[in-house]
Amino acid sequence: MTNPLFDLSGRVALVTGGGRGLGFGMAKALAQAGATVVINDLDAARVEGAMRTLAEAGLAAETAFFDLTDPAAVAAGVREVESRVGPIHILLNNAGIQRRHPFVEFPEEDWQAVIDLNLTAPFRVAKEVAKGMIARRAGKIINVASINAIVTRPTIPAYTASKGGIMLLTKSMAVEWAQHNIQANAIAPGYYDTEMTKALVENREFSEWVTGRVPAHRWGRPEDLGGTVVFLASDASNFVNGQLIVVDGGLTCSM
Amino acid sequence: MADSFDLHSRVALVTGGSRGLGFAMARGLAKAGARVVINGLSEDNLAKAEAALKAEGLPVAAARFDATDRAAIPGGIKAAEDAFGAPIDILVNNAGLNRRAPILELKAEDWDFVVNADLTAPFLIAKAVAPGMIERRWGKIVNVASIASFIARPGIPAYIAAKAGLAMLTRAMAVEWAPHNVQANAIAPGYFKTDLTAPFRDNAQMNAWIVDKTPAKRWGLPEELAGIAVFLASDASNFVTGQTITVDGGFMATL
Repeated sequence: MTNPLFDLSGRVALVTGGGRGLGFGMAKALAQAGATVVINDLDAARVEGAMRTLAEAGLAAETAFFDLTDPAAVAAGVREVESRVGPIHILLNNAGIQRRHPFVEFPEEDWQAVIDLNLTAPFRVAKEVAKGMIARRAGKIINVASINAIVTRPTIPAYTASKGGIMLLTKSMAVEWAQHNIQANAIAPGYYDTEMTKALVENREFSEWVTGRVPAHRWGRPEDLGGTVVFLASDASNFVNGQLIVVDGGLTCSM
Repeated sequence: MADSFDLHSRVALVTGGSRGLGFAMARGLAKAGARVVINGLSEDNLAKAEAALKAEGLPVAAARFDATDRAAIPGGIKAAEDAFGAPIDILVNNAGLNRRAPILELKAEDWDFVVNADLTAPFLIAKAVAPGMIERRWGKIVNVASIASFIARPGIPAYIAAKAGLAMLTRAMAVEWAPHNVQANAIAPGYFKTDLTAPFRDNAQMNAWIVDKTPAKRWGLPEELAGIAVFLASDASNFVTGQTITVDGGFMATL
């Protein structure tokens, strides 16, 4: 028996970058809670794999291939999803990239690419999706930040700035749209074992640092985010607004 | 699908659980399947709360003891565990109180009174309950902090200090007990409609200030804490620890 507080049956969720990794893990959790998930990703093969996995689990999913870095494509893509699948009740702004260089060598085009996808794209997509949410007086926006919204390491200045930015962008959404019964919150994952962090997981020294440093003594698994995303996507969080929920096994609350 | 928010095998203790926010959280946990022991001081209030939950068919028991009296805590915890003949899996440290006076007028004994109830008592209760959680390698501690853990207003200095302390005590619990699969988190409620806050609503100026300043343009309803309580009490939050999650309709996200 599903607790009605966390039930997402009949709700459409758009998940950007939902083809793999944490995005796919969260998309799956939303689908398991009853949502019809729309997976946005640019990589057709990746989306196909994701759709197959969801279908095998008997979960409802659709695809949307629009380019998050193109404002016109985003506007048209959101309209197309809403007419084909239905009004978007849940937006999960998850797509993101990483570029690593020492600060003084950081190429401007890499800075721009990271800021554009990690920070500007969520602004763009939310702007289009929120119009309908405001009209319907219901919506949930979940932005995927990072523990790099709070703390950082060398060589990731663009990622860090983009994630710090999205934390406060979340508050901007919250304070403007709360009156329309839209809640905007962010999730800050710590270190997770995904395709994007494969090199780090396989680096023994780094992996030992993570498992030693994290109070829970393990890497996060994509399914560890399922509960938080369903909480923030459901009626269970109707008075929670502008928050950043850190899901890191205690990493950032210890020295 | 295994529902990660399900609490059917769990026993929860909610201190100060007979009224207001504590009662709403106790009810939320019970509706998610937990057997709930509500603690309180007033025989009358406890009987009413117990009857109300039983009328809904929910599994509830009462344990009358003064959760702020360090001498009464060991016996109280024992009584709570005896209520269902089962150890406590979920502890909600909710009991709290306040004494209002400007700093210059606050008596040392009133300071002690508030700090003892709002900070020392949760420490002692957790200390009594956690050994069993550690041994069983499963436990959830939910401390009820406040937006006053982060932001202040004149006239409640002891409450502010105690609630800020409770948010950091939560982190102390998190980093020590994460290796044992015990998660400790806090909830920071904003302004909620309870008997305790009725005088604020009766004061037109205060009421208008709260409603206008809150981006959601309304008071929180006690039942709106049920979702966060269930999330933090369940497997859905197994990689979330040391966090203080604010539930305030966006109050703290704005100026």
